[in-house]
Amino acid sequence: MGWLLPFDNLLCMALGISFTVWFTSLLVFIIVPAILGVSFGIRKLYMNSLLKIFEVSSSHIVSACSEKDKVTLIMSTLEQEIQELRSSSTTLSSEPEFEMADIMSFCRRGVESIVDDEVTKRFSAEELESWNLLTRSNYNFRHISLRLSVLWGLGLLIRYSFLLPLRITLAATGIGLLVVLTTIVGFLPSGRYKIHMMCYRICVRALTAIITYHNSENKPKNGGICVANHTTPIDVIILANDGCYSMVGQVHGGLIGVVQRAMVKSSPHIWFERSEVKDRHLVAKMLSNHVADKTNHPILIFPEGTCINNTSVMMFKKGSFEIGCTVYPVAIKYDPRFGDAFWNSGKFGMVSYLLRMMSSWAIVCSVWYLPPVNREEGEDAVQFANRVKAAIARQGGLVDLLWDGGLKRGKVKDTFREEQQKLYSKVLVGDQEDQAEDRPLEFSTLRPEEDEETGRLDRQGEEQPLDSLRLREDCCLRLQGNYTLRPPTEEKEKKEEGDRLGGPSEARPQEHCPLRPET
Amino acid sequence: MGSRASTLLREEEIEEIKKETGFSHSQITRLYSRFTSLDKGENGTLSREDFQRIPELAINPLGDRIINAFFPEGEDQVNFRGFMRTLAHFRPIEDNEKNKDPTASEPLNSRTNKLLFAFRLYDLDRDDKISRDELLQVLRMMVGLNMFVSQVLRMMVGLNMFVSQVLRMMVGVNISDEQLGSIADRTIQEADQNGDNSISFNEFIKVLEKVDVEQKMSIRFLH
Repeated sequence: MGWLLPFDNLLCMALGISFTVWFTSLLVFIIVPAILGVSFGIRKLYMNSLLKIFEVSSSHIVSACSEKDKVTLIMSTLEQEIQELRSSSTTLSSEPEFEMADIMSFCRRGVESIVDDEVTKRFSAEELESWNLLTRSNYNFRHISLRLSVLWGLGLLIRYSFLLPLRITLAATGIGLLVVLTTIVGFLPSGRYKIHMMCYRICVRALTAIITYHNSENKPKNGGICVANHTTPIDVIILANDGCYSMVGQVHGGLIGVVQRAMVKSSPHIWFERSEVKDRHLVAKMLSNHVADKTNHPILIFPEGTCINNTSVMMFKKGSFEIGCTVYPVAIKYDPRFGDAFWNSGKFGMVSYLLRMMSSWAIVCSVWYLPPVNREEGEDAVQFANRVKAAIARQGGLVDLLWDGGLKRGKVKDTFREEQQKLYSKVLVGDQEDQAEDRPLEFSTLRPEEDEETGRLDRQGEEQPLDSLRLREDCCLRLQGNYTLRPPTEEKEKKEEGDRLGGPSEARPQEHCPLRPET
Repeated sequence: MGSRASTLLREEEIEEIKKETGFSHSQITRLYSRFTSLDKGENGTLSREDFQRIPELAINPLGDRIINAFFPEGEDQVNFRGFMRTLAHFRPIEDNEKNKDPTASEPLNSRTNKLLFAFRLYDLDRDDKISRDELLQVLRMMVGLNMFVSQVLRMMVGLNMFVSQVLRMMVGVNISDEQLGSIADRTIQEADQNGDNSISFNEFIKVLEKVDVEQKMSIRFLH
């Protein structure tokens, strides 16, 4: 074993030298520019060369694979199916009509949703059109060619032996600096925010995140709330790289807890105890207080409440839209070719997620700052939230869904099923129901059996769309004192008549309803 | 990480399923990845809970019956073969199949088999007859619970019409038990031919002979 000794020294020297070189180049090329906010453009170069490689590989795949027929379905909803059930029928009978074939619509819609549905696929990683040389996104691409496999192997080597250690070192440096410096700076009054920005910049380089910010003139200002679609916890780093925000969230233990406490020392954030999270009034009060002070940074909130896979935007919870301050919407869209940024919290813990992130090619995303919005007159929080959601979806090229992100873990409410049942009931007795309400309102009984026996109202074959909202509106109109009823299209004529006459419009009696209002 | 859909499904299996169901190769692999994404327990079978996790199926009034159709008698798990066999009923009928060899065994997505699937949705006890009760049960599933409209309105006799109108507005459209009963009676009357007060499979076929079953009971692919 003696002959190993000279090599031992040599080995140590070699390791020492390479380590020094490594660390120096790290410092020069990455950390110092991060601190100064300068960029060499290395990441852009990397991204462009990757894109060229992907183009080459995808052309390989296309030439090798035969034509794939997609198993995509025509997306319709159960509501549309139910409403089409009687669209072809021309009779308007007073008796409810049931056809045994009705169940076929329910059946087909049910089986179609088993084959493909809009919601469950949002909670797992998006499938790619073409392979990006990562094992984890290899779905149906069987062994195509030797060249591709070689590329894949090379990529594996580079990613795990070079990129991953590099990134881990950077991340450790970034977090360490954050904790140390914020503690020190906590004692000093000024320069707090610069520390944050510097640390976020290091973290961004740690992930090799290549971010493009659009419309920076709309950046969130103090005293407002910034809302964005949520894909991953890294969203926070991406947004905070370009501005200072106050975070809202639960107090965690462990490493994240240390980071949270460090962040609080240098600027106010809103961290809740686990028990306080359920108390919506407390949350709303703390948010309002924070927003009222105009020197505070804008609050960053993700109204979806959970991570969605960046192909769609799901229901926004109305809590943050009730506070009544300016809302700055932000749309974030990740490019899936370089790595899947979605955090599937059911499948991966935080640590394995970060490791996956750091061993992808890169994280390429676009951030759009949308113009600020305020709640309009007569708009309630839910409508406001939906408006903002639609704007974000439009900008990011995402699908706008009304479904709740909470369906990731919870069951859907029974009320939605009841709505479908009501729709079908209307199909069965819809005409009859309208007729019942068309009757003159009398102070006597209003029993359903009697309704069936009254004469039909001649609607001249007009097809009434089965819109529950419209039916309710008709009820309201009738209650306001129009004791005789007219089909809704005739109301317009009535209004015109009223305008011409210059007085309250006179009710026009229907054929079977002799009552007139007392004027 | 690593092996996904196509590596777990062997070529021989794909060929067998292709022969049995008539789906194409890529359709089978696609449906297999759908199967695995629904299989949260990752044990190669689906349970009823796995189906109920699909929100659009959970809000379907006949959702539970459709899910039941996937599970063979008395079992709680369905494997991929069973899954495909049931889905095969809904495969659209292609033109080149219509003139096939009449001596070959009937494909799973023939008109008769589609009708049989629909028939079994009604016929819960599998006695090959749709009784009045079974018909009523399905009707009630499709229209929802009666939120005591008729009872409430009977109580409101003589009260201010405003209130009763408001009540009617609030509970919306609902169908009473009597109405459903008369619907069921009428339906059985029209369909029943041998006078046993229930609908057999042949009578069922007769009632639906004018209905385009091939189109109504096929999933619609976007081609």
